[in-house]
Amino acid sequence: MLEVKALNAWYGESHILHGVDFRVDEGEVVTLLGRNGAGKTTTMKSIMGLVPRRQGSVRFRDRETVGLRSDLIARQGIAFCPEERGIFASLNVTENLLLPPVITDGGLDLPTIYTLFPNLKERSASQGTKLSGGEQQMLAIARILRTGARLLLLDEPTEGLAPVIVQQIGRTIREIKARGFTVLLVEQNFRFAATVADRHYVMEHGRVIDMIPNEQLAASMDKLHEYLGV
Amino acid sequence: MFMIFGIPGPLLFGQLLLGLINGAFYALLSLGLAVIFGLLNIINFAHGSLFMMGAFAAWILLEYLGIGYWPALILSPLIIGAFGLLLEKTVISRLYKLDHLYGLLLTFGLSLIIEGLFRNYYGSSGMPYQIPPALSGATDLGFMFMPNYRGWVVVVAVVVCFATWLVIEKTRLGATLRAATENAPMVQAFGVNVPRLVTLTYAAGVALAAFAGVLAAPIYSVNPNMGSNFIIVVFAVVVIGGMGSILGSILTGFMLGVVEGLTKVFYPQGSATVIFVVMVIVLLMRPAGLFGKAA
Repeated sequence: MLEVKALNAWYGESHILHGVDFRVDEGEVVTLLGRNGAGKTTTMKSIMGLVPRRQGSVRFRDRETVGLRSDLIARQGIAFCPEERGIFASLNVTENLLLPPVITDGGLDLPTIYTLFPNLKERSASQGTKLSGGEQQMLAIARILRTGARLLLLDEPTEGLAPVIVQQIGRTIREIKARGFTVLLVEQNFRFAATVADRHYVMEHGRVIDMIPNEQLAASMDKLHEYLGV
Repeated sequence: MFMIFGIPGPLLFGQLLLGLINGAFYALLSLGLAVIFGLLNIINFAHGSLFMMGAFAAWILLEYLGIGYWPALILSPLIIGAFGLLLEKTVISRLYKLDHLYGLLLTFGLSLIIEGLFRNYYGSSGMPYQIPPALSGATDLGFMFMPNYRGWVVVVAVVVCFATWLVIEKTRLGATLRAATENAPMVQAFGVNVPRLVTLTYAAGVALAAFAGVLAAPIYSVNPNMGSNFIIVVFAVVVIGGMGSILGSILTGFMLGVVEGLTKVFYPQGSATVIFVVMVIVLLMRPAGLFGKAA
């Protein structure tokens, strides 16, 4: 579904990605693991067209997207949930939820979203940024499920959240996988990643240096500890 | 004749009405400025010239094509709005990545060029524009005579301001606009064509200025300087209301018009400066403006 080849990206003078290669197949949950600064978030932003300069190839459903503006990339069916969540303070919860335009059929309808995230209905009139961190993360995921995008890029959805909320997000990711969505996940926490993902790519210094299928994760612990320095 | 605070009633109410009229124009103009500043981060110094062009468009439509006030009220904002669209596409859109100062310089330069061109062709003495027959005459309100046209201007300005506020605060389009004001790249990454939204927003702000220009044509004579007379005060209104605040610019516009009108009654010498005195006081006490959020 998504094929990234020799992807390079720059912020001003800094060369962040040095030829990233990986692929994500339809219906998979794939994580990008790696230390801080390895280029995971930049990889996501490059796929989404949110970096100032990028080169290489990002093919989505066999169409090249490098060189497209971010709104046109989104309209191909890719949706991004950023690390900082991107909840708008000047919009209430419902407005935040309805903000991303529906690009094609196949998204979840509002009743389904409210079943998955009951809190959002209760707090529909609250200002977006008045929600708790967990609720904001739920809102950030919920609003991209509506649009019909089939590939979701989730950047560290568990960051800074309480364990019980992390479990809830894990359930949510398994639920959206069961509904046929494809997910690319950036994670620091590989223990969490192991509970949701099919495969893991390990990034270092702006490159993908290894791929570990989830079933081999337990056997690869030594290697992984070395990669991640944990 | 009845007196209020030692002032003859009709004089007081007359100035109050004049204040409301000026306030209506302050509100309409600062509203457009606020919307443009919010999304484009451009301080649109050309706003006064576009207001003037709106009045001239109405005058030209009548003079050369025989098209009267009512169609002009729609046509002029459309024509000048289209001009604004062209302006944004060709020059203003090149400034978004640069410092505020460049936007200010460019739009200020544009306003000098536009006003210069109009002065060159039409002189600076001003052309009369007749009040439409349906709104001529005056109504006796019991405590004063109100010219019908002036009442109309206040009412229509309130309606247009309220409608603009409704669109921005209560519709999907408005929510997208507010979100883009806050974080444009994020909104674009959801699949919204933000560059087009920006262009249309600028055009809408310009159309609003042109609409105010048509409203103003029968009250003030149509002349190339009519915009620059207003725009300095309008900028003070925007600063007092809080940069980028929609409701703030509407309320502050009307309020300051009234304050100015009342000053004319009680201390006429101060009427030209009172708005700036208010601005100084507000900036000292609330640097973000009355309705602005502290940055």
